[in-house]
Amino acid sequence: MALILMKGNEAIGEAAIIAGCRYYFGYPITPQNELPAYMSMRMPKVGGTFLQAESEVAAINMVFGAAAAGARAMTSSSSPGISLKMEGISYMAGAELPAVVVNMMRGGPGLGNIAGAQGDYFQAVKGGGHGDYHSIVLAPSGVQELADLTVKAFDLADKYRIVVILLGDGFIGQMSEPISLPQPSGLVFDKSGWALTGAKDRDTHHVVSLRLNPEDALEKLNRRLQAKYRDIESRETLFEQSADYRGAEAEIDGAEFLLVGFGLSARICRSAVSALRKSGIKVGFFRPITLWPFPRVPLAAASAGKKKVLVVEMNAGQMVEDVRLAIAGAAPVDFYGTMGGITPEVDAIVERIKAYAR
Amino acid sequence: MPVETAQMKVVYERPESLADVPNHYCPGCGHGIIHKLLAQCIDELGIRESTILVAPVGCSVLAYNYLRVDGCEAAHGRAPAVATGIKRVHPDKTVIAYQGDGDLLAIGTAETIHAANRGEKITIVFVNNAIYGMTGGQMAPTTLQAQKTKTSPYGRNPADVGFPIRACELINALEAPVYIERCAVSSVKGVLKTKRALMKGLRNQVEGRGYSFIEVLSMCPTGWGMEPREAASWVDSDMVPIFPLGTLRDK
Repeated sequence: MALILMKGNEAIGEAAIIAGCRYYFGYPITPQNELPAYMSMRMPKVGGTFLQAESEVAAINMVFGAAAAGARAMTSSSSPGISLKMEGISYMAGAELPAVVVNMMRGGPGLGNIAGAQGDYFQAVKGGGHGDYHSIVLAPSGVQELADLTVKAFDLADKYRIVVILLGDGFIGQMSEPISLPQPSGLVFDKSGWALTGAKDRDTHHVVSLRLNPEDALEKLNRRLQAKYRDIESRETLFEQSADYRGAEAEIDGAEFLLVGFGLSARICRSAVSALRKSGIKVGFFRPITLWPFPRVPLAAASAGKKKVLVVEMNAGQMVEDVRLAIAGAAPVDFYGTMGGITPEVDAIVERIKAYAR
Repeated sequence: MPVETAQMKVVYERPESLADVPNHYCPGCGHGIIHKLLAQCIDELGIRESTILVAPVGCSVLAYNYLRVDGCEAAHGRAPAVATGIKRVHPDKTVIAYQGDGDLLAIGTAETIHAANRGEKITIVFVNNAIYGMTGGQMAPTTLQAQKTKTSPYGRNPADVGFPIRACELINALEAPVYIERCAVSSVKGVLKTKRALMKGLRNQVEGRGYSFIEVLSMCPTGWGMEPREAASWVDSDMVPIFPLGTLRDK
């Protein structure tokens, strides 16, 4: 298939349309503005709805309404805006509604800056809003993967009636790369048992998260949610080196050191891996693609026997906590992070690993 | 079923759209009346099977249990945004956002104004009882000057927290809405007028005409610390002068 040059944020938009999403609600914020602009241009052409909401809060609640009505719907934002959406995401978790939320992370806390960063890892993978819930979190590291994972995100959302967060950063959203547009998966999900479509020839449907009787309602919902999360953990973990996923280049066996990163920092790790291997240093590479569910078991296997595991992130050390939990002391873990929209340096990673080797 | 003979005909019965279940509202509360009126209107328009109700956070959060239509809850104040999402997916369905004063005029002010400004083809039923009922009687944006509540124990002081907000007048400053009406369920006459307003608001939507906003002044005897009859009188004597009844727009 012919390759086309696309900006990351626009590739998400086109992939969402390919996936059958016809409802986009959002509010402007840098560095993801190309996505709403693209949707405002494309949605009218495909019979869809683009609506610029009055706030991120309103946008996520419009997504709530469209999802409750049975449609594929999405919103996108960047870090400060995602904080505002957390209320709606928690309500959608409680009401078990499917939707896709894109976070093109920027530097924080507060208004921060508009450069790419990875400081929202905790917020995305640990829930973020109130209550015991998870969203599936996908972390693409390039424009092709942004497009592919967007299609997958809609399928996962519908399959599990869950919010799927596409967690990129400002750099990935802004970069242009040649991609081949993904194909729709063809999967069909029956929503007739719960969607709000009017109670014609059936009992009424209620899409709610209020459960006032703790004995037989809220606890039951929570138990069902937790069972669903365990099911997702057992089925949907993605990481680079998996045989069925493009771009596998793990050379972990025989390696003495392991580099671990996600998204853009994984790309930087990849460059460091090439440089290190050229100097004869045996270094492996592991990239979680699903940040929740986190690929604990394969990461533990990949870390076994390593002299050092170095986690590289564009934050003060967030995923590193999950890495430590996953490998449970089986190898020493070190961390290299950059903050405030600064990217990690390949040379700095190379020097760290060389220092371990000395 | 009532017994029907040649000499007897049914002049009053439970609307099909009103579920035959006990509700949780306090004695003298206006919500039950407004629910019944909505159910009657839905029946008369024949739209029960194509109506979707968005319930707010507030005393009426369980409204979907009492009206036999598809329904959902919105987070506090977000009902117009949720209704927008539903209506954009199902433009052929009748979408009702049922909201209280804290929901519509405090935490949800932005959603209220912007859904109205877009002219979303939805019907807003705004129940104004000048107090937060569900949380135990705190000051609302529509609490009257000098009115005592749990969080204005010395009476609402406008120098400190401003004056009660008039929702209909705010909405009336916008271009898009097609119908804006304020009524009250504190008297038989007011109930009948409220039903006419709800009918009009719903018919506007069925006919695809646009955004309708119906404010209903209603009683909260528990929150106000009054007997039900006294509460109904207080609507007329104290609320109506601040929130004048009538049609603000009908185009």
